[in-house]
Amino acid sequence: MKKFFAFTTFLIIILSSVSKVHSIEADVFVQSTVNRAAKTLGGNLSKEERIQKLKQIAKETVDIKGIGFYSLGDYRKKLTENQLIKYHKVFAEYFLKSFSSRLAEYSNPEIEVNSKKVINKNYTIVSSTLISTESRPEVKIDWRVYTKDSNNLLIRDLIIEGLSLARTQKEEFSSIINSNDGNIEALLKNLADFAVK
Amino acid sequence: MKKIIITSLIAIMFSSNVGAGTDGKKNISKNAAPVKDCFESLNRATFVLNKGLDKIIFKPVAKSYRVLPSPVRSGVNNALDNVSSLITIPNNILQGDFKKAGINTGRFIVNTTIGIVGIFDVAQKIGFSEYEKEDYGQTFATWGVGAGCYVVLPVLGPSTVRDTIGSFVNVLGGDPWYNASVNGNNEYLSNSQYTATKVLSGIHFRAKNLESIENLEKNSMDFYASVKSLYLQDRQQKIANTKGAAIDIIYNGEWEEIESN
Repeated sequence: MKKFFAFTTFLIIILSSVSKVHSIEADVFVQSTVNRAAKTLGGNLSKEERIQKLKQIAKETVDIKGIGFYSLGDYRKKLTENQLIKYHKVFAEYFLKSFSSRLAEYSNPEIEVNSKKVINKNYTIVSSTLISTESRPEVKIDWRVYTKDSNNLLIRDLIIEGLSLARTQKEEFSSIINSNDGNIEALLKNLADFAVK
Repeated sequence: MKKIIITSLIAIMFSSNVGAGTDGKKNISKNAAPVKDCFESLNRATFVLNKGLDKIIFKPVAKSYRVLPSPVRSGVNNALDNVSSLITIPNNILQGDFKKAGINTGRFIVNTTIGIVGIFDVAQKIGFSEYEKEDYGQTFATWGVGAGCYVVLPVLGPSTVRDTIGSFVNVLGGDPWYNASVNGNNEYLSNSQYTATKVLSGIHFRAKNLESIENLEKNSMDFYASVKSLYLQDRQQKIANTKGAAIDIIYNGEWEEIESN
């Protein structure tokens, strides 16, 4: 019995240390993600290849579904099951297109991770700087990282010079719904149209 | 004298809740109510007009301005910042931030003299802290005045009722640069110098944001709503003097209930 306890204790220690080895810190996660993106943007790829690679990076590192929920604001509680399924589908297509299109314009972006601030067990804010070039001033970028699952960190927002992309998107969606008398279908149509344009 | 009295009266009228901190950061915006778009139809029409003006005038001019060498643009930026500190200093005082008022006065003296009318930011090089602009709209906000409705002004772009009134204070005696150049009755300065600095500020801003505005427009489904959101977020952080560090202001706790699975 004593040996069983000793073995169990040993097993727990080993397993917890293995888990720690697999989980990474939010700042390391962000630096590794921006390095991947920078490598894609700085390489000799065609624009289409770049976009495909950036989409793949986004799928692996961004919480697209979570951002989709957030962007709906209070409307997320008003959607039917079917609307929600459709929304998540068109939102993912919209997001990946918008995200990759925004980033594909940059070439050789150099981002330095400076610090991190743990907000609570679910969120850490990682602060970084986009290094200035001849044509572009230095830009401060904060990353809101969702840390609930320490083995699967995900980016939930980019705050550029204090301006949140997620909040801007949420307010844009709200404006579209409000201009159409609260009809969520108008947003779904806009998202679908954007994804194919 | 009359203008000073009017400015003072406006200041007193709004000063029901003076509570500025001395550390530079303020707590006034954490529970700020959402800004209503009371004149949305008119605002959208003005926005379309401004977009048209931007396309045929401001954007081409900004593109030409970008051709200038970087040190020239940097010098222009420094000189404009130096002039703007004449509005910042009285606002530092009105917000109760006397320490910053002192620092900015020192900066203005150093940059105007050694820095040759502000073209060179000597103050920054000798260790003055980073310059942060303040205006009367921000001061009203720190006094507890709400933003009022969102408005889009012809040519000038996004604003709020409070910020627009704040801009009027500049021409009612609150801007020493306006007083000296437009009303100074002196042989060195005139109305044209004042107009030139305002136009140059606009061109400089547009040139600095050429790509980001283009990118935003390209990736927006409702460009008007995106610009409005960004303007209001920017004002919120400027009022709170947080430089983007106040996450609770940005989100107001809305992320906490989001689960992705």
